[in-house]
Amino acid sequence: MKYIDEFQDPALARRLLDEIHATVTRPWALMEVCGGQTHSIIRHGIDQLLPEQVELIHGPGCPVCVTPLEVIDKALEIASRPEVIFCSFGDMLRVPGTGRDLFQVRGEGGDVRVVYSPLDALRIAQQNPDRQVVFFGIGFETTAPPNAMTVHQARKLGIRNFSLLVSHVRVPPAIEAIMRSPSCRVQGFLAAGHVCTVMGMDEYPELAERHRVPIVVTGFEPLDILEGVRRTVAQLERGEHTVDNAYPRAVRAEGNPAARAMLEDVFEVTDRAWRGIGVIPDSGWRLSAKYREYDAESRFAVDGIRTCEPAECRSGEVLQGLLKPHECEVFGTRCTPRTPLGATMVSSEGACAAYYLYRRLDITPAAREASPVA
Amino acid sequence: MPDSTSDTLDLTGWTCPAPLRDQPRIVMGHGGGGTLSAELVQHVFAPAFGGEVLAQMGDAAALSLGGVRLAFSTDSFVVRPLFFPGGSIGDLAVNGTVNDLAMSGARAAYLSCGFILEEGVEMETVSRVAEALGAAARTAGVEVATGDTKVVEAGHGDGIYLNTAGIGLVPAGVDLRPQRVVPGDVVIVSGAIGVHGVAIMSVREGLEFGVEIVSDCAALGGLVETMLAVTPDLHVLRDPTRGGLAASLGEIAAASGTGVVVTERDVPVPPEVANACAVLGLDPFYVANEGKLVAFVPREHADAVLDAMRAHPLGQEARIIGEAVREHPGMVVARTGLGGTRVVDMPLGEQLPRIC
Repeated sequence: MKYIDEFQDPALARRLLDEIHATVTRPWALMEVCGGQTHSIIRHGIDQLLPEQVELIHGPGCPVCVTPLEVIDKALEIASRPEVIFCSFGDMLRVPGTGRDLFQVRGEGGDVRVVYSPLDALRIAQQNPDRQVVFFGIGFETTAPPNAMTVHQARKLGIRNFSLLVSHVRVPPAIEAIMRSPSCRVQGFLAAGHVCTVMGMDEYPELAERHRVPIVVTGFEPLDILEGVRRTVAQLERGEHTVDNAYPRAVRAEGNPAARAMLEDVFEVTDRAWRGIGVIPDSGWRLSAKYREYDAESRFAVDGIRTCEPAECRSGEVLQGLLKPHECEVFGTRCTPRTPLGATMVSSEGACAAYYLYRRLDITPAAREASPVA
Repeated sequence: MPDSTSDTLDLTGWTCPAPLRDQPRIVMGHGGGGTLSAELVQHVFAPAFGGEVLAQMGDAAALSLGGVRLAFSTDSFVVRPLFFPGGSIGDLAVNGTVNDLAMSGARAAYLSCGFILEEGVEMETVSRVAEALGAAARTAGVEVATGDTKVVEAGHGDGIYLNTAGIGLVPAGVDLRPQRVVPGDVVIVSGAIGVHGVAIMSVREGLEFGVEIVSDCAALGGLVETMLAVTPDLHVLRDPTRGGLAASLGEIAAASGTGVVVTERDVPVPPEVANACAVLGLDPFYVANEGKLVAFVPREHADAVLDAMRAHPLGQEARIIGEAVREHPGMVVARTGLGGTRVVDMPLGEQLPRIC
């Protein structure tokens, strides 16, 4: 962990920034895919330091933000049941479903617990054999392997009072969907380093070639992000579109074979709805037939719940990079972290929340008027 | 996207600041020391109680009785676990109230102490807490003058809850209020931030951060006296407990109507706190402290106050971290290590560990 300071070194950051400034000759639009990167960019003010020609578009890579409202509603329904202990990572508790969130379910008597690992939920199931323990399994390729491992363990140990509410999503199909969109402005991608730690890089060359976009695997500390930007801009300026690894201390080309094997055993690829975007083919995972008995949706018969988003919320356009958070008419007025209309304002990794928390200073009425609303 | 027409979300009137209409029940965030806590007081308690003194909304009430200036404060303690590295609920119960009084410039003189005990809690545990509380009171130079005990049925409490109230005299010439802050004031923090919150998290959640993190729980009365001896003209003091440094700075900015700028790299964050926060996706600015204070000091006195603080055992790591400014009134802004800026907002409720 000594690394943290080293990867936030202002002098090194300045050198990278100088190089980016010296390299860029025309406007480029880059998308950072991961919400963790968005958070880091805004928190450290990186976007303010880049040349004006380099625009960072915040992609749909926050697991909290892209979990569909109806999945949240299913979670609320399950968590409200007296026989259930509902376990979740902390930041899902404040995501508004239809009219309430998991905190409110807890206030109403529901047994909702914050855990730090799905294995904690499995332990709770072992300790409470007369209760049903449900873990909220959301997120990308980063959180899917431990969730897969937990279901695998539950089956191996014969723990039947455990189940998973699954809403896992995959990055490459989302990049494909963004690139296919007629309104797409993205010219280069900073790929999510931690996703590649698990999955490796072999899904990307085909995408880079087909859409002629550079894809640079990027980490999360300020220097990581600046290096990712530097390499992406350098490729664009040279007219190249290759896959590059700017995060070699964590990412190997083959990823983590054991984690990938676990994913293949426990999950199978399925179409998945993304909040604000819609259904993206093959973009998610569900439990495979071998493990389907651990599926909370079937176990609690909530498959029928259908919900739509608040009409005012334009988080879908934000998640696709078509709209900057502050260009939304309700940003900072009817939609704040206190009263979020969409998940991008709930999660601290969400682009809207990041802008609200860290960038309100720069978002003056004049800036709003000057910005083109998509 | 699966679609249906939903009219269950009533969006009318959802403008900020919202009344409590969207929170029909108490949630944990109402006790988190952030926006939700403030709204609970503003919308429920203050209208019910009324009173000019309450309207001050300080950590301690400033009173005048028979021509004597008093500070009066109360605080409740519901911490789990009861004992943690560096202290216990007994230490917190003394230091929390002593520090609330100290932030108004008062040296705590007398405390009351209410024990709410859960049926079944071991007598030895009660005894250890009482002894810790007594020892902390002696260290702080305050006497526990009155108390009360109640027992609730098993399952209706976490073993032991405590409440303490305290009174102390406010010295002549001392007037600590956020309204006194003016642009140009220097912001000083007495030492490393985030230590207590991380210490509690590490034992409560069973998280291992590689090193034992010990709470900074301490009584700050002596440190405040040392500062006031340099100049009674300090403008405001806060002890950044729940909601951390961000909440204290936010409250002062809002109440004073000035902007506040802090330089991130000048804020002392120990590596173990930074690492734990990085693992959990938390911001050290929002993590609780129990033995630190933040001071807004007139610029001409800043160096002398800082020297005096550094000469005191509880202020050895005191640092100037920023200043009050005319720009962005009511808002706290941090200069990031890379040279950008970010807004430091009031926390809403509890900070939540991030998924990834």
